[in-house]
Amino acid sequence: MEAAASKDLCDVFLRKICAIPNGSKINECLQCGTCSASCPTATAMEYSPREVIAALRARMLERVLKSNTVWLCSSCYSCTVRCPAGIPFTDVMYELKRLGVKYGLYPKGTTNAVMAQAFVASVDRYGRNHEPELIRNYYLRTNPLRFLSQVILGLRLLSRGRMRLRPHRIKGREELRKMMAAIEENASP
Amino acid sequence: MNTATAHTYTYYPGCSQMATNKAYDISTRGVAHALGLELNELEDWNCCGATAYVAIREKQAFVLSARNLALAERSERDLVTPCSGCYVVLRKANKYMAENERLRSEIGQALAKGGMAYRGSVRVRHFLDVVVNDAGEDAIRGRATRSLAGLRVACYYGCQISRPFGEIDDEENPQSLDQLVQWLGADPVPFSLRAKCCGGLMMTTQPEVGRTLTGKILQLARESGADCVVTCCPLCQMNLEAYQHQVSAVMGRDCAIPVLYFTQLMGYAFGLEEDALALRDSLTPVEALLTEKVACP
Repeated sequence: MEAAASKDLCDVFLRKICAIPNGSKINECLQCGTCSASCPTATAMEYSPREVIAALRARMLERVLKSNTVWLCSSCYSCTVRCPAGIPFTDVMYELKRLGVKYGLYPKGTTNAVMAQAFVASVDRYGRNHEPELIRNYYLRTNPLRFLSQVILGLRLLSRGRMRLRPHRIKGREELRKMMAAIEENASP
Repeated sequence: MNTATAHTYTYYPGCSQMATNKAYDISTRGVAHALGLELNELEDWNCCGATAYVAIREKQAFVLSARNLALAERSERDLVTPCSGCYVVLRKANKYMAENERLRSEIGQALAKGGMAYRGSVRVRHFLDVVVNDAGEDAIRGRATRSLAGLRVACYYGCQISRPFGEIDDEENPQSLDQLVQWLGADPVPFSLRAKCCGGLMMTTQPEVGRTLTGKILQLARESGADCVVTCCPLCQMNLEAYQHQVSAVMGRDCAIPVLYFTQLMGYAFGLEEDALALRDSLTPVEALLTEKVACP
C-alpha cells in the first residue's frame, strides 16, 4: 500500500520541487550528510535531512511525511547555504510540509502544522497577522490547558503595551482576496 | 516636487513590530531620524508571506510578498525592514519571481485581478544594512553622545538575515553588527553561535526544542562574558528575552541576561530619550544595565 501511494507522492513532489530555482539539483545529492550536521533540530527528527532524500529515492516519502521530521524544520537555511550539491533543502522541507497538509499525511497533533494553519487563517482574514488571535486559536486546537501557561507572559506583554487587542485590517482586503482567488483557480495538482 | 534625499526609504515594519515588538519599530524610527534617514511607511502593507504562511501555501505566499513589492515600487525607493523574517521572505520572492518566468507571470496575473502590477525593480534591504552601509561609520561615531566603552556585547544575528538571500554579510560568520557595536564604543565578545537558529516559532510549538536552542545561545553569551545580547530580528528578540526562566530550568543553570535590539543600543548611544528607545518594553533589565554600565555625558 505504502509503496503505491508513495510513488505518486514522489512524482508530485519531484514535479513541484523541480519548478523552483535549483530544485532539480535534488538529483545530485551525494548523501554526504552536511545538511544533517548543519541542522539545529536534526537531533529531534525521526529522519534526518540526509535520510529525507534517501527516503525519496527509495520511494518511501510517505513515511517521512508521517514522521515528525519536516515540521521540525525552522527554516534557518543552514543546510541550503552549505549543501555542496547546491540543493535548496529548506525549500524541500517547505514542499514536504505542504504535501503533508494537502494529503493529510502528517502526524496527528503536529503543533507546528496547527500553528501554520492558524497563521494562514489570521492573515487571510485581516491581511496581517493578529497575534493574540493566533495564539488563542493555536492553543484551542492543541492544548487549551497550556494556554494558561501563557497567561503570565501575556500579562507582562499587556502591561508594557505589547499586545494589540484589536486586529489591524488592511484597506486592500477585497483586492487581496481577488488576487488570492486567482491563484487558487490556477493551482496545479 | 520630489524633495527626498538619497537617504529616503520606503519602510516596511512587519506585523510583529505593530505590537509584540513595537520597541523595535519605535527605536528603528528613532535611530533613522537621528541619522537623517527618512523612512516613509509603506501605505497599506500586508503580511510579507512569512515562513508560517509559505509552509501551507506557496504561491499565495508569493502573492502576499508581491503585493507589498508592487506597492513599494511606486515610490522608486529601497524597501527597508528591520525584521529578518520579512527580509528573507521578500528577497526570496523577488529572486524567485525574477528567475522563474512561469511563476512571475502567474503572480503577475493574480496581482492584476486586484488592479496591481509588479515590474521587479524593488530592492529589499534590512535596516542593519542601511545603517552600516548607507549611514556608515563616520555618521554613527559622530552622532554618538554617550560612550558605551566597557559594555560587553554578544552580537546575535540569528539565521535569516545573512542567508541565503541576504547578500549583505557572510552567511556563516556575519560581522556587520559587531562592526556597528564597535563604532558605538562597546566591545563585541567572540560569539560562535551568532548565526545559529533560535528555534523560531518552536518556542511555542515545540518548547523542548525551542528552549534548548535558545538556552545554548543565552548560556554561551553569559560564558563569553557578555553584559547583554543584541538582536536584529523580532522573533529572536522575543525568544531570547521572554522565556529565560523556563530556559534556565531546561539548561540546569541560570541563563538570565539582558537582551535588546541593536536599534535600542544605537539610540541609547545617541542619547535619545525613552520615547524613541522604548527600553521599558523590555522583559529583561535592559534599562538598569545601561544606566549602570554606561557613563552619562
